Amino acid sequence: MENAAEPQALDITARAQAIRAGSRAAVANALAELEATRTRPETRALVDALYPSPRQPGAVIGLTGPPGVGKSTLASKLVAAWRSAGRTVGVMAVDPSSRGSGGALLGDRTRIRPAADDDGVFVRSLAARGALGGLSPAAFEAMVVLRAAFDMVLVETVGVGQSETDIARVADVTVVAVQPGSGDTLQFIKSGLMESFELLVVTKSDLGAPARRAHKDLKVALSLLGRSDVEVVLASGTDGSGVEPLVAAIDAVRPAGQDAVRARAEQLTAFATAAATRLFGTLAIARVGGRRALQAKLAASAPAGPYDALARCEEWLT
Amino acid sequence: MATRDRPWLMRTYSGHSSAAASNALYRENLSRGQTGLSVAFDLPTQTGYDADDPRSSGEVGKVGVPISHLGDMETLMADIPIERMNTSMTINATAPWLLALYIAVAEKRGVDPQLLRGTTQNDLVKEFLSRGTYMLPPAASLKLQTDVVAYTVEHLPKWNPVNICSYHLQEAGATPVLEVSYALANAMCLLDAAKARGDVPAEAFPRVVGRVSFFVNAGIRFVEELVKLRVMGSLWDRICRERYGVTDPKLRRFRYGVQVNSLGLTEPQPENNVYRIALEMLGVVLSKNARARAVQLPAWNEALGLPRPWDQQWSLRLQQIVAHETDLLDHGDLFDGSHEIARLETALTAEVDEQLAWIEAIGGVLAAVDSGAMKARLVEAGAARLSRIESGEQTVIGVNAFTESAPSPLAQSSDGGILTVDPAAEREQIERLDAFRQSRDDARVTATLAALRDAAVAGANIMPASIACAHAGVTTGEWGAVMRDVFGEYRAPTGVGAAVSQRARPAPEDAVDGLDKARAAVERATAAIGRRLKLVVGKPGLDGHSNGAEQIAVRARDAGIEVVYQGIRLTPHEIARCAEEESAHVVGLSILSGSHNVLVPAVMDALRARGLDRVVVIVGGIIPDGDRSQLESLGVSRVFTPSDFDLNRIVTEIAELGAAQWAE
Ligand code: B12
Ligand SMILES: Nc1nc2c(ncn2[C@@H]2O[C@H](COP(=O)(O)OP(=O)(O)OP(=O)(O)O)[C@@H](O)[C@H]2O)c(=O)[nH]1
Ligand SMILES: [Mg+2]
Repeated sequence: MENAAEPQALDITARAQAIRAGSRAAVANALAELEATRTRPETRALVDALYPSPRQPGAVIGLTGPPGVGKSTLASKLVAAWRSAGRTVGVMAVDPSSRGSGGALLGDRTRIRPAADDDGVFVRSLAARGALGGLSPAAFEAMVVLRAAFDMVLVETVGVGQSETDIARVADVTVVAVQPGSGDTLQFIKSGLMESFELLVVTKSDLGAPARRAHKDLKVALSLLGRSDVEVVLASGTDGSGVEPLVAAIDAVRPAGQDAVRARAEQLTAFATAAATRLFGTLAIARVGGRRALQAKLAASAPAGPYDALARCEEWLT
Repeated sequence: MATRDRPWLMRTYSGHSSAAASNALYRENLSRGQTGLSVAFDLPTQTGYDADDPRSSGEVGKVGVPISHLGDMETLMADIPIERMNTSMTINATAPWLLALYIAVAEKRGVDPQLLRGTTQNDLVKEFLSRGTYMLPPAASLKLQTDVVAYTVEHLPKWNPVNICSYHLQEAGATPVLEVSYALANAMCLLDAAKARGDVPAEAFPRVVGRVSFFVNAGIRFVEELVKLRVMGSLWDRICRERYGVTDPKLRRFRYGVQVNSLGLTEPQPENNVYRIALEMLGVVLSKNARARAVQLPAWNEALGLPRPWDQQWSLRLQQIVAHETDLLDHGDLFDGSHEIARLETALTAEVDEQLAWIEAIGGVLAAVDSGAMKARLVEAGAARLSRIESGEQTVIGVNAFTESAPSPLAQSSDGGILTVDPAAEREQIERLDAFRQSRDDARVTATLAALRDAAVAGANIMPASIACAHAGVTTGEWGAVMRDVFGEYRAPTGVGAAVSQRARPAPEDAVDGLDKARAAVERATAAIGRRLKLVVGKPGLDGHSNGAEQIAVRARDAGIEVVYQGIRLTPHEIARCAEEESAHVVGLSILSGSHNVLVPAVMDALRARGLDRVVVIVGGIIPDGDRSQLESLGVSRVFTPSDFDLNRIVTEIAELGAAQWAE
């Protein structure tokens, strides 16, 4: 469509191959097409072609938390740690600043600066566009492209509440960042409203006592929730302390082997169900027996990728 | 006339090309009766890079003198009696280093550093908020600032270690309230830190307070400005008394120098700027009780480019006429007892107190700098100013009113009416630097740099180690690299994301270029392209002038464009990379430092190297007319300069260019 390389002319397999080989231009083109007002058939085919067999299982890490908690600063350190371990990284910075006008100021990438000339990191900003749950409409599809191209994918979103569940839908591992001395997040976690996270990180550990206190409080809150298994890492994006343990903790909880396969299948089902609800309405879903039934149908049909899944939903629901 | 006051210090801010050329300029000025020096450094020197660093490309010797090592500083001060000179250095992130070089020159000449008089600007907070030549994170910056304070109190008692600046805040759009409150909060932050260090003896602390001086701005609304300075003086007195317990009134005096407002000086009908400068000056000289200690004036060609010696002389003459021909200095204070002035003072004081309380409430200056909260208010104030000019609510003669003009003969001379620095200056400086590196004792350099690193890591005062480095022949870039390595680098928040948009002000009925029109153009472009128009605003090089980039970014967002803006000081490579990763349709570069002829081609090359040939490139900033065609021949689609003051029209054009290039 709109790029110098005339991607139209290239066939889907070649484009998928280029993306899997980490071609930055091919990745950028695919992401641009996903942001188009009308998604083209070849874009859909490309995403579905990229969907199976990711480079690494459990590679998509969601980092979420309230505004200003230190996500980007920490993300920058995580990226550096992964890079020095030889892993390539794709970052999706979801920016909430979108306006009624449709315009947005995407500045979050500023704090995530790879070393000069390092083409092993690819940072893309996405305007949240007011989508429910803080993720942009094509976030899932964009994630599919990035995880095909890079060893690790980091998705940063702002939020306390709704969006955590949303990010859990694209991430293999959801890390919730908590600000030392902020009752809010703590309260929130205690309330048990937020369930889908694999790790907690207390940011700004360089602040000392308040961070250690938050760490202790979180541990207590988790045990009340019956989730003592969840690790709470203390880290500072400023001085880099705690970053190595965080990397290790992430690797430890990343789903692997059959777990990963199952988790991915569930993820796809959840994505398609949510998208179908948005596209065809709850009434249509009720006609096929409700969400559960739709999910079961999806799981049984083993779709090839997100667009294939949506196409099936369309068939059943319209 | 026995009672006639002594006039203020008259200064000219200067330096360019090389240490030798600047030395010649200074000696000429001194021979004509100038009493002090005001040194302008080039951007690599201000940001701690050597002339041959890739980041310095295009910037060496441009807007000031390059000082890479002791040899350069010796050349700069050659045949100038350093023990009798009052040298003011506009230097901040690298202030400890430039001061170390200055001290080393004195020591080499056998001059006792105790005699040295002058000023290092050494104010990093306003660098984060407006001026942009910072290096290290806020806390580390403050530590180095106070290193200079603690060192000079003991070893250079006549030195002014910091000059707290509100000047640059007004140049970024600050209102008087923001200017005063930010500057006072900044001064308190610095003094609190100096006190907390514990190495300044308590009995010396009032002297430290007394050495803090200010550098302010004065705009065209000169009554308001006069009131501002009276208020600043009384508030400073209050702070010195109440917060720091300074009993000696002499040490509580509000000492300030001034450069009058340049932001309001226009590119169209540039001769009008002479009147503006004269009126702006009234604000800082009329009231005897709030009169400036030192005054620097810009020149008529401010918005065109760098001033030539004759342009600076013309501005100096204005000061001399006011001081020596008028009766101003014969009288006492003209405003004491004025009800109107008192009323304005009370109102401003209340607003400033409110703003100071806000800064305190959000965690103090360092936190408010790092979170971008203070910066966001500045960007908002700047945006409000520009939309007032666009809507015509604020009149600017020659820009949005009375625009018909006969051609100005002033700008018609063969040099374009500005000073142009010979591009060979950069190569020559690099050659001198190479030769200097050959001549030094490498083992000594390594050893002193290691000692500097140790001092920095240990949290010791870095001044003694820096002076040793200076003597050993360490370069500015080497000193800067150690600091960056130990303390880390920093990017200040841009403030644009948090800046509240200027709600479309009611445009006059017949307005053709309102925000609505820009929005409509953006929607058309988005429809034609099939994807929302995306713009990367980039600032390549070391240039810190961010106003234009910020305002374009905010307005483009308000008109519906997806904008990526990452702040100042990016390499061409970083900008191209960002354009690639973000699939930008348009890249807009903003360059005001005069280095466009080097940086724009570099960005074009970097874009091409990534196969981004189709991306539309536009350039804005101080671009002399003579350079336009060259930029266009490189493939730049459009050049914008300060006379393009209508942001909605600029955004409309961006949308049209984007649509034309990217339509499906
Ligand atoms: C304000 C100002 C400052 C402020 C900047 C505050 C800030 N955060 O931006 C302060 C006080 C900090 C400052 C400092 C310096 N300044 Co100054 N500054 C100016 C001044 C007075 C106005 C610039 C401005 O902000 N205008 C308002 C904005 C909105 O306009 P604008 O940037 O021109 O943008 C408009 C267009 O150009 C265009 N545009 C600009 N960018 C873009 C980008 C895109 C994408 C698009 C579409 C359009 C566009 O659209 C805008 C809308 O009208 C100019 C002179 C003048 N009157 O123009 C000197 C000037 C630019 N400064 C100059 C110098 C030398 C300096 C210093 C380097 C001095 C020194 N030696 O230390 C320092 C260091 C700064 C640094 N770190 O680089 C010189 C540059 C000389 C040259 N080019 O040859 C100038 C020209 C003054 C002079 N005549 O000497 N400065
Ligand atoms: N002391 C300390 N401050 C930090 C740390 N990490 C971030 N900060 C500061 O916290 C503020 C926010 O940091 P960001 O990394 O931008 O936080 P964020 O969560 O990405 O913010 P948003 O994207 O705006 O929601 C900045 O002022 C940082 O300098 C840390 O580890 N220690
Ligand atoms: Mg962030």
